[in-house]
Amino acid sequence: MTKAFEPEIVAFCCHYCAYTAADMAGSKRLSYPANVKIIRVPCTGKVDPIHIMKALHKGADGVYVAGCLEGDCHFKTGNIRAAHRVRRVQALLEEIGWDSRRVEMITMSAGMGERFAQTAREFTEKIRELGPSPVSRAGQEAGRQAVS
Amino acid sequence: MITAVRKPMEEIIACVAPYDRILLVGCNECVSVCSVGGRKEVALLASALQMHFLKQGKTMDIKEITLERQCDPEYVEELVNLTDGADAILSMACGCGVQTIAGRYREKPVFPAVNTTFMGASERQGVWSERCQGCGDCVLGITGGICPIARCSKRLMNGPCGGSSNGKCEIDPNIDCAWQLIWDRLKALGLERRIEDIMEAKDWRTSRDGGPRKIVREDLAS
Ligand code: SF4
Ligand code: SF4
Repeated sequence: MTKAFEPEIVAFCCHYCAYTAADMAGSKRLSYPANVKIIRVPCTGKVDPIHIMKALHKGADGVYVAGCLEGDCHFKTGNIRAAHRVRRVQALLEEIGWDSRRVEMITMSAGMGERFAQTAREFTEKIRELGPSPVSRAGQEAGRQAVS
Repeated sequence: MITAVRKPMEEIIACVAPYDRILLVGCNECVSVCSVGGRKEVALLASALQMHFLKQGKTMDIKEITLERQCDPEYVEELVNLTDGADAILSMACGCGVQTIAGRYREKPVFPAVNTTFMGASERQGVWSERCQGCGDCVLGITGGICPIARCSKRLMNGPCGGSSNGKCEIDPNIDCAWQLIWDRLKALGLERRIEDIMEAKDWRTSRDGGPRKIVREDLAS
């Protein structure tokens, strides 16, 4: 029997907003999918296209960058830079024939525990619909070949 | 610095598609500074290519290396033990780097991953502008430090032309008229009379008109 597809998702979360919002979601006992693996960053401006691409290259089915609401960045424009970089990665994905929806920029404030949980659910659902990424699909096939 | 932009992925993919093992070589100098061919861009391109080919069901072996300077034989020599394991070399350096590799490793196909664009300066983060065309006989000393060859669309030596309006060049309202800039700067220096001096026809033999150029410094070369 084929195992149901459980997407691997990497979320780069800013310490000052999304990461705190994730904490709040936890303390409010709001559930969000275990598929989402959080990487805390000091500011989303720290996230380079290479981090997003390497995550996808190493098998993540989707990656999102969660930063502060526009105008609220602790370092002024880190979230705006991050949004540009996400767009750059999306354009690169299009160029190599990948679905650019696998990468997204999301914004929220530290108090938005509900929004954190909701966006985590929504993004996971979206990736579930898109199916395994070409890398994880190749990995599964390699795995299948190895046992047969 | 020498500036460049990455080629469209489609073109790069078509170059490397016939091969299985690629040596991807970046350069730590100009192309690193203009964020197109340094260590980071090499890593990004390696991932992008591998991800593309995985989707096609092909595992592409890509070795990444970024040399200190790809236009110097000493550094290009560092590839000597790596080229055997590669079917082709993909370079992210400017055309000078690509050619240094092609000249040294004659048995390997070499492809450029970037389009070398111009000699320029950084205006601000992420913005570079053309500043010099290497004419071989610099006139910046009499033009207030603004190059009429690289920055005037018509390369006029005695400008401005009639198309200069409100400080902009007739070719594009976003391009400053070089001769307006020259005038403003000469005025600031109290040298505006200079604009009336006629510059003689430029001797282009010091530029490309004299064929490919070479500098030989006897004191160093001997
Ligand atoms: S005058 Fe010639 S050497 Fe001087 S900046 Fe212009 S193109 Fe370069
Ligand atoms: S408008 Fe100015 S920059 Fe443009 S061609 Fe004329 S002199 Fe040169």
